Amino acid sequence: MTLLRTLDTGVRGLLSHRLRSVLTTLGILFGVAAVICTVGIGQASAASVTARVAALGTNLLTITPGSTVSAGVFGGGGSASTLSMSDASGLANKDNAPDVQAVAPVVQARETLISPASNWSTTVQGSTPDWLVTNARSVQTGEFFTQTGLRRRDQVVVLGVTTAGNLGATVGSTVDIAHIPYTVIGVLTSAGGQAFTNGDDLAVVPITTAQDELTGGSPESVQRILLSATSSDTIGSAYQEADDLLLATHHVTNPGQADFSIASQQTLQSTLSSVTSTLTILLASVAAISLLVGGIGVMNIMLVSVTERTSEIGLRKALGATPGDLLRQFLVEASTLSVIGGLLGVGAGLLAGALIPRFTGIGVDIAAAPIFIAVGVAAGVGLIFGVYPAVRAARLAPIEALRAE
Amino acid sequence: MHDEIIRLDRVSKVYGSGDATVRALDAVSLSVREGDFVAVMGPSGSGKSTLMHILGCLDVPTTGAYHFAGELVERMSEHQLAGIRNRRIGFVFQQFHLLGSMPAWRNVELPLLYRNTRERKSTALRALAQVGLADRVQHRPNQLSGGQQQRVAIARALVTDPSLILADEPTGNLDSASSREILHVLRGLNDEGHTVVLITHDANVASVARRVVTMSDGRLREAVAA
Repeated sequence: MTLLRTLDTGVRGLLSHRLRSVLTTLGILFGVAAVICTVGIGQASAASVTARVAALGTNLLTITPGSTVSAGVFGGGGSASTLSMSDASGLANKDNAPDVQAVAPVVQARETLISPASNWSTTVQGSTPDWLVTNARSVQTGEFFTQTGLRRRDQVVVLGVTTAGNLGATVGSTVDIAHIPYTVIGVLTSAGGQAFTNGDDLAVVPITTAQDELTGGSPESVQRILLSATSSDTIGSAYQEADDLLLATHHVTNPGQADFSIASQQTLQSTLSSVTSTLTILLASVAAISLLVGGIGVMNIMLVSVTERTSEIGLRKALGATPGDLLRQFLVEASTLSVIGGLLGVGAGLLAGALIPRFTGIGVDIAAAPIFIAVGVAAGVGLIFGVYPAVRAARLAPIEALRAE
Repeated sequence: MHDEIIRLDRVSKVYGSGDATVRALDAVSLSVREGDFVAVMGPSGSGKSTLMHILGCLDVPTTGAYHFAGELVERMSEHQLAGIRNRRIGFVFQQFHLLGSMPAWRNVELPLLYRNTRERKSTALRALAQVGLADRVQHRPNQLSGGQQQRVAIARALVTDPSLILADEPTGNLDSASSREILHVLRGLNDEGHTVVLITHDANVASVARRVVTMSDGRLREAVAA
């Protein structure tokens, strides 16, 4: 029997049990669609994590005190392990660190901000004008404080949009922080969604003012130092320069005992990517299991079909069908179900991929590879799970099969 | 061309083992020449169905030799047996065994699917015309009377131009008018030169054959031709 005739016979066999064929196809359809969608969602979230981390500034390095130090809560009390303003100014020196573009020491405290209209509790950071550069931020209205303002210890504040909105504050209004009035001189452009933190709910004041009025520690000590490299290509050398400089000024001979640590956004990015890829694998495994269940459905239906069509099998054998003919016929039926289910599943997956972002805001990036893999696996599943029923059909003794009614 | 289409030499068929042994055929010898019309008669349980299965190459003897058109059947693989059934034998069953999802001509076409034949549809239509159903080719089995269904089955048996037509109780499920019609068709085919073996329990049915053999308890006995 030629392949074409086998196909024709197989498809006719399926069409004579339309409802059953459709239901079996659905099992494969959902499996394939699920694989395509979950892999698409996983890829989209990985891409969005990468994009969000990039939005934080890929050139950014964050220096924090070592884990043995309690993050400057007591201002360090002159301890050499605490980061200091002189560390920051050392790093800002182009001779020491040519690949460092900007340096922003930061102190911060949780404070309640009080405006005439309302009050709002948020993180108040004290820093320098380079804060904008290192954080890759910009001012939407008004302005950021200057080096002059820093020296004068101006009582001025720049607010995130969320904070400004919650306080009902605009440029020029006055906000009390720890019972001292500050003039709002600027509102930051929205940072967009960021990983883990809301970049729009914060207040920034000159670091000198913060050390005097808010954190109250030694004027030398800072909680962290933000650095930005001159470009994303020089981040490695900027890291090295900062590391060397701090090891030297902190008199640390063994780098393993450094009293500070330097983190780049790439570290964060790789951590987040591994989290998202783990999640993607998890989701895809669940989807793959549903594909497998679909395959078992195919086997189930084919077994029912073989049992129900015993007398047809007997007749075909009497009319001269060889065991090979029947084996091929039932394999064709099983794989046709799977392939059609798989192709419809691609359609359903693409449709769902188009609809999910519109209704849920979850991104779906559909790539070609998962589509081909899912359809290939669906066809393979149909073939593999079709083998047993087909072998049973092929092995039926014709007289037994004819007797069945 | 071999003159002797069927030769059974002391063929036995035993089912089961030990105390449960059933000897369905007991040293049966039979010779059928080309162009003959033989009726195998006997009550149910006499072994005539087993005989039909062996004659039709659906089953093989336990002992004894079966030559079909000069070839020894026991030596054949399942694949070769399927080939013999397809090319040399046309079956007509009591229950018709038509596939309900297909129109008449597709049912008739079935044996042609298992061999290399061109013009399957026209061959199937010719066979249907031969049994007087040229106007029923697109009807499904459930749209046809019992007699018409059996005629479709005969057309299916004829379509490969077989050496032997093997009819197992072809009138068993039919009323007497349809039975006469079917027997008339079989007789006509024999007149055209087809070899027919008819299995029945009914002496009236057997009487259309040129030669009648009777079976009882697995043994075969030649009877006087009607």
